Amino acid sequence: MKTKSIASLLLTTALTFAVTGVASAQDKTVKIGALSDQSGLYADLGGPGSTLAAQMAVEDSGLAAKGWKIDIISGDHQNKPDIGTAIARQWFDVDKVDIIVDVPNSGVALAVNNVIKEKNGVYINSGAATSDLTNAQCSPNTVHWTYDTYMLAHTTGQALVKAGGDSWFFLTADYAFGAALERDTTAVVTANGGKVIGGVKHPLNTPDFSSFLLQAQSSKAKIIGLANAGGDTTNTIKQAAEFGIGKGGQKLAALLLFLTDVKAIGLETAQGLNFTETFYWDMNDKTRAFSKRFAEKMKNNAPPTMVQAGVYAGVRHYLKALDALGGNPHDGVKVVEKMKSMPTEDDLFGKGEIQPNGRTIHNAYLFEVKKPSESKGPWDFYKLVGTVPGDQAFTPLSESKCALLKK
Amino acid sequence: MQALYAQLLVGLINGSFYALLSLGLAVIFGMLNIINFAHGALYMMGAFVAYFLLNLGGINYWWALLFAPIIVGIFGMILERTMLQWLTGLDHLYGLLLTFGIALIVQGVFQNYFGSSGLPYAIPDQLKGGMNLGFMFLPIYRGWVVIFSLVVCIATWFLIEKTRLGAYLRAATENPTLVRAFGVNVPRMITLTYGLGVGLAALAGVLSAPINQVRPLMGADLIIVVFAVVVIGGMGSIMGSIITGFALGVIEGLTKYFYPEASNTVVFVLMVLVLLVKPTGLTGRAA
Repeated sequence: MKTKSIASLLLTTALTFAVTGVASAQDKTVKIGALSDQSGLYADLGGPGSTLAAQMAVEDSGLAAKGWKIDIISGDHQNKPDIGTAIARQWFDVDKVDIIVDVPNSGVALAVNNVIKEKNGVYINSGAATSDLTNAQCSPNTVHWTYDTYMLAHTTGQALVKAGGDSWFFLTADYAFGAALERDTTAVVTANGGKVIGGVKHPLNTPDFSSFLLQAQSSKAKIIGLANAGGDTTNTIKQAAEFGIGKGGQKLAALLLFLTDVKAIGLETAQGLNFTETFYWDMNDKTRAFSKRFAEKMKNNAPPTMVQAGVYAGVRHYLKALDALGGNPHDGVKVVEKMKSMPTEDDLFGKGEIQPNGRTIHNAYLFEVKKPSESKGPWDFYKLVGTVPGDQAFTPLSESKCALLKK
Repeated sequence: MQALYAQLLVGLINGSFYALLSLGLAVIFGMLNIINFAHGALYMMGAFVAYFLLNLGGINYWWALLFAPIIVGIFGMILERTMLQWLTGLDHLYGLLLTFGIALIVQGVFQNYFGSSGLPYAIPDQLKGGMNLGFMFLPIYRGWVVIFSLVVCIATWFLIEKTRLGAYLRAATENPTLVRAFGVNVPRMITLTYGLGVGLAALAGVLSAPINQVRPLMGADLIIVVFAVVVIGGMGSIMGSIITGFALGVIEGLTKYFYPEASNTVVFVLMVLVLLVKPTGLTGRAA
């Protein structure tokens, strides 16, 4: 009896080892979920273009030839945290998704961050701005690519204060993103000797900004800081021109502006705006080549925004890590650790690294919108004004409140 | 105090859009008994038609003010002939669902081709610039919007309440059989009325194109507020919807000044209050 049970125990153990051993050697299936705003105010800067970017990353990785089976699904979070988390849960529980990418809208992004940590998935966020993702709310499962509010504040914000813009009035989108961007920019303004003399919080997706602009105008602040994004920013800039705000000596600080926003405002109104991005399609031969391939597959032939470029670069790096691991991609923390241990390098963002808190470090670029007479093509919008090295643009590790750093 | 004047004026500007749109809705509901959920999509089409006229045909803003309502109005009349007319006499819910479906389809098609961030449309040269009123800098274009929409609203009210044609219309909604007995082609009149309501939406679309982005979802964002305006004013009441439109614009403007976080909800709070106190709306007659 006893020997039999020991024998069966041994047998079971051996079988278990055999089964798991086989699984880890051969499990090369991965499912990527591209979660974005597919139809709302952020759909053009992320949305279907981000899904396309993920697909191109998979194709370019060449992992299919090495026996990997990689699927991509996409979802629409409609800018609502509850819908975003519901999709994320379903993806992990039912669809067996391993990694979620993109997720613009900081409110949704932070909510999804918790789900991914709980399910031990991988999170490569490119679309959201809040620096909390790699700061107070950092997670061992999360990598934040492309940009964040700290970076925006320390590039565009700092440049404006140093150029004499020492009094600020904020127009802030009333949710996690706006609050984070206002907070980070305020810190920069005050650290550089300026002061914030007022601000107004507007609801997300506001069609008319005239009331808010009048308040900004009567505040007499030198700089009107726009802590909003997408359609909100384009409407603000357009209507500010209408109310003669530039002519009165006040300057607009578009803290976050995307390629698609400039297109929507039109160069006539947008010319001369200074802002920061980490990717522009017309930087060098490599970005142009990628953007050409990308635009050919897009419905309106648009080149990639920095968010979409970030999705591409993030997925490429993720797949490099999987290739290095050789298989068994389902332990999120392990995969992210591998990603952090490898330097990043791709055609779009160049060389960089992922810090222990999950923040990807790469160059940031100060741009100015071209005059209509300088633009030579339908998407020829930016002039490069300056380059900020990654280690100066993003949160220094010494300032990060991320709990992962205390170990 | 100066800031307050400015906010009142800005509220009036937004109110003109509410008034124009809710007027069209009130005309359609009053005459056809259809809750036209496609109104926002038709407003958006008005703006897009203006954009196409300018960029493809070189036709300027002023002609667009005339042509866009006609073109979109014809589209509306086709909708009425082919779909809405079959719903006469059925519960309101059917019309609401059908027009809601149409709105989703139209918006989806535009979104598919033009994305969501919108296209620029410049203010016509004659209306560029602004004037200093002492308490605020008023862009000339905004002033034009208020005056123009006031004129259109009053003209429409006059047409329906004070002319013989309007009398036929109102009679036809009360008792179509009797009006038909007098030799009036009632179905054609209904189609034209729907065309008129839709044309008003398109006109508002053209007016808003230089202010807002020409975006596929520009109507979807606005339509819910406009419905609240119509409900507060009293369903089907022409004058009620005009006055409520302007008044709510002003109230919303003041909210943006005193408590901006609530500016998106204040209209609905008012709607709830009005429905609780006077369910037929401020100027509505009991059914």
